[in-house]
Amino acid sequence: MTDTIANRAAKATPQRVARKIKGLSDRAIAWIFVAPTIFLLLAINIFPLIWTIQLSFTNYRANRLNREPEFIGLRNYERILTDSDIWLNMQATAHFLFWTIALQVLIGFTLAWLINKKFKGNDLWTTIIVLPMMLSPAVVGNFWKFLYQPQIGLFNYIVAFFTGKDPSSFEMLGSVQLAPWSIVIVDTWMWTPFVMLICLAGLRSIPDYIYEAAEVDRASKLRQFFTITIPMVLPFLMLAVLFRGIENFKMFDLVVQLTGGGPGSTTELTSINLKREAFEKWRTGYASAYAIILFVTVFGLASIYVKALNKVKER
Amino acid sequence: MSAYSVTEPSTRSKWFAGSLVILYALITMIPLAWIMLTGFKSPSDAISYPPKVVFEPTLEGYVNLFTTRTRQTQEFLDANPPQNWADEIVREYDMVIVGPSKFGERFLNSVIIGFGSTFLSVFLGTLAAYAFSRFKIPLADDLLFFILSTRMMPPIAVAIPIFLMYRNLGLSDTHLGMILLYTAVNISLAVWLLKGFIDEIPREYEEAALIDGYTRFQAFYKVVLPQAATGIASTAIFCLIFAWNEYAFAVLLTSATAQTAPPFIPTIIGVGGLDWPAVAAGATIFLLPVMIFTILLRKHLLRGITFGAVRK
Repeated sequence: MTDTIANRAAKATPQRVARKIKGLSDRAIAWIFVAPTIFLLLAINIFPLIWTIQLSFTNYRANRLNREPEFIGLRNYERILTDSDIWLNMQATAHFLFWTIALQVLIGFTLAWLINKKFKGNDLWTTIIVLPMMLSPAVVGNFWKFLYQPQIGLFNYIVAFFTGKDPSSFEMLGSVQLAPWSIVIVDTWMWTPFVMLICLAGLRSIPDYIYEAAEVDRASKLRQFFTITIPMVLPFLMLAVLFRGIENFKMFDLVVQLTGGGPGSTTELTSINLKREAFEKWRTGYASAYAIILFVTVFGLASIYVKALNKVKER
Repeated sequence: MSAYSVTEPSTRSKWFAGSLVILYALITMIPLAWIMLTGFKSPSDAISYPPKVVFEPTLEGYVNLFTTRTRQTQEFLDANPPQNWADEIVREYDMVIVGPSKFGERFLNSVIIGFGSTFLSVFLGTLAAYAFSRFKIPLADDLLFFILSTRMMPPIAVAIPIFLMYRNLGLSDTHLGMILLYTAVNISLAVWLLKGFIDEIPREYEEAALIDGYTRFQAFYKVVLPQAATGIASTAIFCLIFAWNEYAFAVLLTSATAQTAPPFIPTIIGVGGLDWPAVAAGATIFLLPVMIFTILLRKHLLRGITFGAVRK
C-alpha cells in the first residue's frame, strides 16, 4: 500500500526529487530495522535454547571445566520422568497453580464487577489495588517473610486477633501444612489486580444496548448476568488465566525469598528444584533435560489452551 | 433513552460496591504501609510484640542501610566527637560509621542496568515495531509470534547456557552482560507494545511527508517518532520496571560487580539476624519509584502488562 503510493509519488516528481524520496529502499530499511532485534533474540534466546537441548543429552557438569561432556542419549529424560521426587514437585506446582488461579479469578472478577458499578472515586482505589503487581517479587517475598514471623509478624497478630488463637502457635512458613498456603496468599495479594484489570476491560467492552434489549425482553438481572455478562467476559478471563498460568509456572523469585522451597521440599516448585539441580548440585546435563521438559510442557499446554481460547472468541 | 437507564446502577448498589472495593484496597495497603513504617522504627520496636503502630520514628534503619559501622571503645568515642546526625544515631550503640555500605553500589547497578537495557530495548523495539507496522515483511506473523514466545521460557531454562556463554565471553557479572540479557527479555514486550502504538498513527502523515520530498528515514524520525512519543515513554517505563524487579538472572549470573538491589536487600544482617528496619528501608527506597511510575502509567497499564493483547 505505502509502497505503491511512494512509487507513484516517485514517478510523478522530477528526477532529482525522486532520488531523494527513495533513499534506501523500503525493503532495505525493513531489514535494517528488524535485524538487530532478531539477532539479539537468536543470540540470547534461541542459541541458548538449542544449547540446552544439546546439553540435555550429556552428563556435563558446569563446575568441572576440564571434563568433556559425554553423550548419554535419553538417560537424563528417563531419570527425570521416573523420579518420584520430581513428580512431587510437579504436584506441588500444580496445586499452587490451581489455587492461585482459582482465587485470583474469583476475587479478581468480583472486584472488577464491583468497580464497574462506577461509584465515586473508583479510579483512585483501582490504582491502589493495582500497586502490588508492579513491585519486585523478590522484595515482596522478603517483606512478607517479615509479616509471617510467628513471634513478631503482623500477619500472625491479625489472624490471632480475629481467631483468638495464640499467634506463635502457627508458623506460616515453618509448617508443612501452612507453607504452601503462605505462597498462595502472597501470590493472590500480588496478582489478583492483574485478573481484575483484564476482567474490567472485558466488562467495559460490553455495549449497553445488549442489557437494554434484555431488559425489554424482561430477562431477570440474574439471567442477564449468566447469559450476557459471563459469556462476554469469558475470553478476557481466559486470557488472564493464560498469562497467570505461564507466569506462575515459572515462578521463582517470590518463593525463593519466602520459603526457599522449604520446609522439607513442600514448597519446592519445579523452577526452584531446577535451580537447585543446575546451580547448586551442578548437574548441568540433567538440569538441561529438566528445563526442556518444563518448556515443552508450558508450550504444549499454552498452545492447546490458545486453541480453546480462539474457539470461545469465535462464538 | 428515557431518564431511567437499565445499565446505570442504583445509588445503593454503588454505595455497596464502593465500600467493598475500598475495604479490599485498604487490606492491600496494609503490608505496604507496614513495611514503610518499619523502615522508621528502631530494631527493638520493629520486633516488639504486639506489633507497634505508634512508635518514636528514627532514621536508624536508613543509616544502617547506607553505612558500615564498627564497635569502638569508650575512650575512642570520648576522644572523637560525633560528626553529624547519622554518627550520633550509631553512637547510641557505641559504634562509629566507617564507610558506605554496599547498598548504594547495588542501587546504582540497578539504575545503570535498568536504564541501559530500557534504552536499548526501546531503541531496537521502536525500529522493529515500525518495520512490522509499515512494511511487508515475509512471515511477519510468525516472526511476531516467535518474538512473543521467547517470553514463555522459564529464565532458568536458558540460564545454564547463558551462564556458560557469558563465562566464555567474559560477560558474566558485568553491566554490559546484564544490559544485553534484560534487553533480550524486554524486547518482545517493546516490539508488541510499540507496534500497537505505531499502528494507530495514520499512514497518511508519512505519505504526505514522502510526497513533500522526505526520505523514508526522515519521515520516520520527523513524523512518526514525535507522534509515538507517549507510547514510547510508557513502553520505556514498563521495560524499566521489569529490569528493575528482575531477580532470577541477577542472582544466577552476577555476584560482586554487577549485582542489582533485589538480591541484596534480603541479606542485610544486623545484630542477631536480619536487620528488619534496614531491610524495610531498603525495600521502601527500592519500591517507591515503581509506585510513582504505576500511578503515572494508570492509563496504559493494561496494555503494558498484557503486551497489548487487551486494550482498554
